[in-house]
Amino acid sequence: MRLLEIKNLSFQLGGNIILDDLNLTVDQGEIHALIGTNGSGKSSVAYLILGCEKYVPTSGEIVFEGNSINALKLFERARLGITLCWQEPARLEGIAVEDYLRLGDPSIDSAAYLRKVGLPPEQYLQRNIDKTLSGGQRKRIELASVLALKPKLAILDEPDSGIDLLSIGEISDVIQSCKGNGASVLLITHREEMVRIADRASQLCGGKIVLTASPAEVAQFYKSRRCTVCNGKECHDD
Amino acid sequence: MTELEEVSRIVSNMGVDSAVLTDPRVAHVVATGLDLVSRRVIPGVDIRNEKTADGLVAQITVKQHAKIANPIHLCIGVLHDTGRQRIQLQVKSENDSAAKIVAHCFFPRAQNVEHIMDASIEIDSGAELHHAEGHYHGPFGGVTVLPTAKVRVHPHGRYTSDFSLTSGRVGKLRIDYSVTVEAHAIAELTAKIFGHATDEIKIREAVVLSGEQARSLIRTRVALEGRARAEVTGITEGNAEGARGHVDCMEIVRDHAFAQAIPIVRVTHPLAKVTHEAAIGSIDQKQLETLMAHGLTPEQAVEMVVTGLLR
Repeated sequence: MRLLEIKNLSFQLGGNIILDDLNLTVDQGEIHALIGTNGSGKSSVAYLILGCEKYVPTSGEIVFEGNSINALKLFERARLGITLCWQEPARLEGIAVEDYLRLGDPSIDSAAYLRKVGLPPEQYLQRNIDKTLSGGQRKRIELASVLALKPKLAILDEPDSGIDLLSIGEISDVIQSCKGNGASVLLITHREEMVRIADRASQLCGGKIVLTASPAEVAQFYKSRRCTVCNGKECHDD
Repeated sequence: MTELEEVSRIVSNMGVDSAVLTDPRVAHVVATGLDLVSRRVIPGVDIRNEKTADGLVAQITVKQHAKIANPIHLCIGVLHDTGRQRIQLQVKSENDSAAKIVAHCFFPRAQNVEHIMDASIEIDSGAELHHAEGHYHGPFGGVTVLPTAKVRVHPHGRYTSDFSLTSGRVGKLRIDYSVTVEAHAIAELTAKIFGHATDEIKIREAVVLSGEQARSLIRTRVALEGRARAEVTGITEGNAEGARGHVDCMEIVRDHAFAQAIPIVRVTHPLAKVTHEAAIGSIDQKQLETLMAHGLTPEQAVEMVVTGLLR
């Protein structure tokens, strides 16, 4: 059953075509990897699904649980159960990690969620999400907050990037926790080894989905440079 | 209701357990308008006061080697809608003492009130003094607050101040602090202010790092909305080997408010180092979207960011 359906989505920013007639689906309970090189439009897909400012489709439709969400505001989409783990999490001065984790549900065991991302709660719960935390630490906290929200759709934008990298094993554990809570995951990455965590995968190039298939097939395709959009010139990181 | 009872109620509203004013282990001074309402001294802390034509002189001495467990509370303000109050505060922390002064300044009905605070603070060698000052202003914006302080931190001493005016209208605020930091001593000045409507805020904090290995931090956080205006000048001067200072100013501006930050750093010794950072602007969109992605409305997200900045 479809949870998310992106139909013929096009998006321009500053006169540049970022996404061009993109079609993508994420099923209930599915981990769907979206792979593409830097600048291929992966994060734009995430921001359009979430409804970030300046990210308004030029054309096309985003359907969540059978209903178009194009007209909904960001927080309304969040309340439907869509959330995003940002590639570069924001600094939030004066906001404690514990308060942040409890935004969606004040009754959660916030310490347990920190442990799931490898952060000792006694060292982190009362710290503020400010410049005293490294980018990698903020990334882990962001992942913990996504877990704590128990979303229906968790969009993880390059969860493996950051100053102190999370291992694929750690990310896999987080994703499985999301799935265990009943969430679907849209896993955005530019690393083919990450794709293998998924149930299904799509490759993005030049603002288009060039292949949707099994993770093994997409990883192979990504490596093989057989993309017909760019003839293999752009859609692989050397 | 007596004035002391009303002060107790106001202090409670400021988040402080008003029992501190009846606790025999806690030193305090309560003054409203031109009157001294209550005072308590405890072992290790000497408090003297003298009434003047327009207010009060208060001398607080923390005795040598005394480690004062409970904060010394100063409850000072004007309960009426008009008035003028001048407080001359002289604080001396003697050698190797440690104490915390918590000042609660209240102007709940101010429509035409002027509050002047002239402070002289001396932190002797090895002593530590933390001075927190929280303001409770009413909704009218009719108060002018003029705090000035001259502070000297002797070798190996430590002085921290934390000024907070985040509830009610600011009115007009002119802070002028000058701090001299001697060898191996530390000074940290923090100010957090939320300006609304036509509030006017002017802050000048100057630190001179005169001794070797002296350290300082000036940290200012201002949020403005409506047509409020703020000018923040943070000055740090490094004049000795190993002196390190930093000026950090962040201002969030909404509506038609106006903010200006002027960090001034001077170094007269080649082995001193002073740095600064200043950021002024509207609330960062990514911060808002991060919070909205957790289900907060735009209004809730703005409130959380502003509250966090001023926390």
